[in-house]
Amino acid sequence: MPKIPIPKALQKPAKPGTRSNGAEANGAPGDNGDAVKTDEKRDTRPDLVETAKEGGIDVVGWVDERTGASPFLTGMLLRKVPKGTNWFYTLGSATLFAFVVQALTGVFLAMYYVPSATQAYSSITHLTNDVFLGEFVRGLHKWGATVMVILIFLHMGRTFFFGAYKYPRELNWVIGVVLLILTMVMGLTGYLLPFDQRSYWATIVAMNITGSGPVMGPYLADFLRAGAEFGGTTLPRFYAVHMLLVPGLIIALIGAHLYLVVKLGTTAPPWMRAEPKPKSLREHSVGAGTNGQPNGDRGDE
Amino acid sequence: MADEADKKAAPEKPKPAGYFEGETMTRRTVFALGGQALGGAAVAAVALPTVGFALAPIFDRPEETWEGVGSPDDFTSDTYRQAVITIVDGVGDTGKTTVYIRRGSEDLGEDPDVFIAISNRCAHLGCPVRFVRAAGTFICPCHGGVYDFEGKVSGGPPVRPLDRFQTRITDDTLEIGPRYSVTNSLEPVRARDPGEFTGGIWEYLYPPRFTVPPAP
Repeated sequence: MPKIPIPKALQKPAKPGTRSNGAEANGAPGDNGDAVKTDEKRDTRPDLVETAKEGGIDVVGWVDERTGASPFLTGMLLRKVPKGTNWFYTLGSATLFAFVVQALTGVFLAMYYVPSATQAYSSITHLTNDVFLGEFVRGLHKWGATVMVILIFLHMGRTFFFGAYKYPRELNWVIGVVLLILTMVMGLTGYLLPFDQRSYWATIVAMNITGSGPVMGPYLADFLRAGAEFGGTTLPRFYAVHMLLVPGLIIALIGAHLYLVVKLGTTAPPWMRAEPKPKSLREHSVGAGTNGQPNGDRGDE
Repeated sequence: MADEADKKAAPEKPKPAGYFEGETMTRRTVFALGGQALGGAAVAAVALPTVGFALAPIFDRPEETWEGVGSPDDFTSDTYRQAVITIVDGVGDTGKTTVYIRRGSEDLGEDPDVFIAISNRCAHLGCPVRFVRAAGTFICPCHGGVYDFEGKVSGGPPVRPLDRFQTRITDDTLEIGPRYSVTNSLEPVRARDPGEFTGGIWEYLYPPRFTVPPAP
């Protein structure tokens, strides 16, 4: 396999206590690299491939020198994961991918959609029937929403059954629950946008359920509808919440969620047992007999 | 001993600029607090109007609209006639709703000169109910709510009778006005959303909204 040229800034840092240059850390013996260099010296013309590789490395180095981002990137990308990490651990990334798909398709759907009570339905039929691949992009957005909710629950189940919500990761569980609620808000507000009979009546029912909450309910329903009846500003209101307010919150919270995942690390599956420490590292083997030994043992001596 | 002597001999820190005897706040603290206060005022000057802009519809009561539905002679006391009125302008069919109208019935102890206009909005979750003439009841297609001839609940999940609209006669035309809700004994109360109980303690648990007019 050809060696991938990884800029030194992004290479795995050497273990503490070992002295090595970049080539060794990358898995290639040092003398091999020297051999390549001597070969290059014979041909005075620069090798195009090598130049291209060096160019990429130079660019990374240039950016790194000005941002200092490489410790963050290597710390995140090359972080250790516990033994036993398996496919269930990909559910969070899968949810993130589903969100990115929703965000991208949503942006493109917004290019054709008109959030007005009199034009919404016709703009939807236009983008579905007339626009090139419109049905496909709308289908991605519609079914992707369902896939995202399913993935969230699978991800949540993984976290719960693997005990990954326990100390010190409780806050990340809480952030995850807020993200789940926000995703549900996305589902609710997005459901109205096609503005057919089903979405209209489903939204009427949803807002009336909101209104039946005591004390605050009636005002909350008025806020969602922008008035006592479903009116001309209700649909734009849902549209703004669906594509501006809630996505912004979701992106911010995903950032916090991922930060904590990287900061705290992931958990091993519950069936993995901690490996016993080698005898030389066990505490009682150091200075045995003088400190911390049970009295009973000493009595036998 | 020598150390303590050194400490005493060490020169005092120079006083910060603007220091005077008996000051309670350094100049640095004053500027820090002042800067925070200015920043807070700037944020409030932008945030409060913006939030108010989003919340404004809660406090806005649209003008009452009255819509004619025909001559009073068109309506009888033994059955309902349908009429479609517009309750929200400018949103096409979305702003229209169906009203079931009849004359007051002497058999039910009502004044025959009074007109009763019942909303087709189910008091459970807002689906459209239909008057079934043969059974003399209103039936909701969504969750099986059933109302009797007067609009009182006779079965299913609805929490109160069907809403009504105010009526009046202008130039020999029956006009339909704002919506109001009723209690189980058909006492008029301020219009409520479906799913909300009326009467008794519920008048406090569902406080009056600014967006609807008071009960007639």
